Amino acid sequence: MAIFSIWIISRAGGLIYQHDYNLPKVEVEKTFSYPLDLVLKVYDEKVVVAFGQRDGIKVGHTVLSINGQPVEGRFCRDEADVKKDVLEFLNTESNYPMNIKFGRPKLSTNEKIMLAGMFHSLYAIASQLSPQLHSSGIQLLETDTFKLHAFQTLTGIKFVVVTDPKRTSEDLLLKRLYEIYADFALKNPFYSIDMPIR
Amino acid sequence: MSRQVARGVDTKKISSELFALTYGSIVAQLVNDYEEDDEINKQLDKMGYNIGIRIIEDFLARSGIGRCTDFRETADIISKVAFKMFLGITPVVTNWSSTGDEFSLLIENNPLTEFVELPDNHSQLNYSNIICGAMRGALEMVQLDVSVWFVQDQLKGDNITEIRLKFNKRLEDALPPGED
Repeated sequence: MAIFSIWIISRAGGLIYQHDYNLPKVEVEKTFSYPLDLVLKVYDEKVVVAFGQRDGIKVGHTVLSINGQPVEGRFCRDEADVKKDVLEFLNTESNYPMNIKFGRPKLSTNEKIMLAGMFHSLYAIASQLSPQLHSSGIQLLETDTFKLHAFQTLTGIKFVVVTDPKRTSEDLLLKRLYEIYADFALKNPFYSIDMPIR
Repeated sequence: MSRQVARGVDTKKISSELFALTYGSIVAQLVNDYEEDDEINKQLDKMGYNIGIRIIEDFLARSGIGRCTDFRETADIISKVAFKMFLGITPVVTNWSSTGDEFSLLIENNPLTEFVELPDNHSQLNYSNIICGAMRGALEMVQLDVSVWFVQDQLKGDNITEIRLKFNKRLEDALPPGED
């Protein structure tokens, strides 16, 4: 019955508030010996699994750390703290056995801002697609791993809640969020409207 | 923060005297700072506007009211719900223009002016002008461009306080998707 995250999007499509709650952590750590039986590739400055799903390591997972050392983008550091290309490091037999942690990386702030803007547009498109006049935009977006509930106020601010797919209606929660926003953001004299809430 | 503690109880009710006195001191300060009544009126309107664009969210969140489809509905909600909620009074809606785009709010007991007498040298001062600004700001946030001004004022010797609202246009380009 979990709520994964809450987003507030301003009337212009800017992300003004975002908070993650108990997001399920997807991380798998395993010891590997040479040669590595996973196919890895560099995608979007990250090293991701391209083929060879096994033991909970799925295609699309990113290499998060090697031997406990966090991976920075496509580079990692060896014992001597020398920066190395991850793929090169993984192809060197002398480095084995090694512990590699795979998982889904968290969204960066920039990615969140981008997604919020994109949702804003999708919402507008959805209301345009309607055969009837005056259709609201997206209120509920359902997938097999989460549900997204959205509520737009008369002034154009969007409240978005991402929850477990088992949850049905979040109307009350969204209304309550609006009240909290009205109380704690807008009644703060040092908060300027449409700016991120800190 | 106190509201969170006492949820369910209406803690919004504070002494109207405290409110009136606080407002009085704002006006008194403005009278000190500016020489012209017009300038004071303008400042009060600006302050009201800034209140309005914030208070509308509070109003919508708490009242759960939907979008108005005509100006008469807007007038009803302003007088019966909004004024009731924030000032504890219910002004009378009258003097509709034949085109239905102008009306007046009649206020008999303005809580802001409880202990006020206008001095002779401030005959142009609209003491409660902040209300005009607040209404203008709040309506602008729900995409209604409205002019608001004082027609009569009890402080100036009229029998009643009358605020006039004129609907100018809908702000179409500010409409959120799905509302146009």
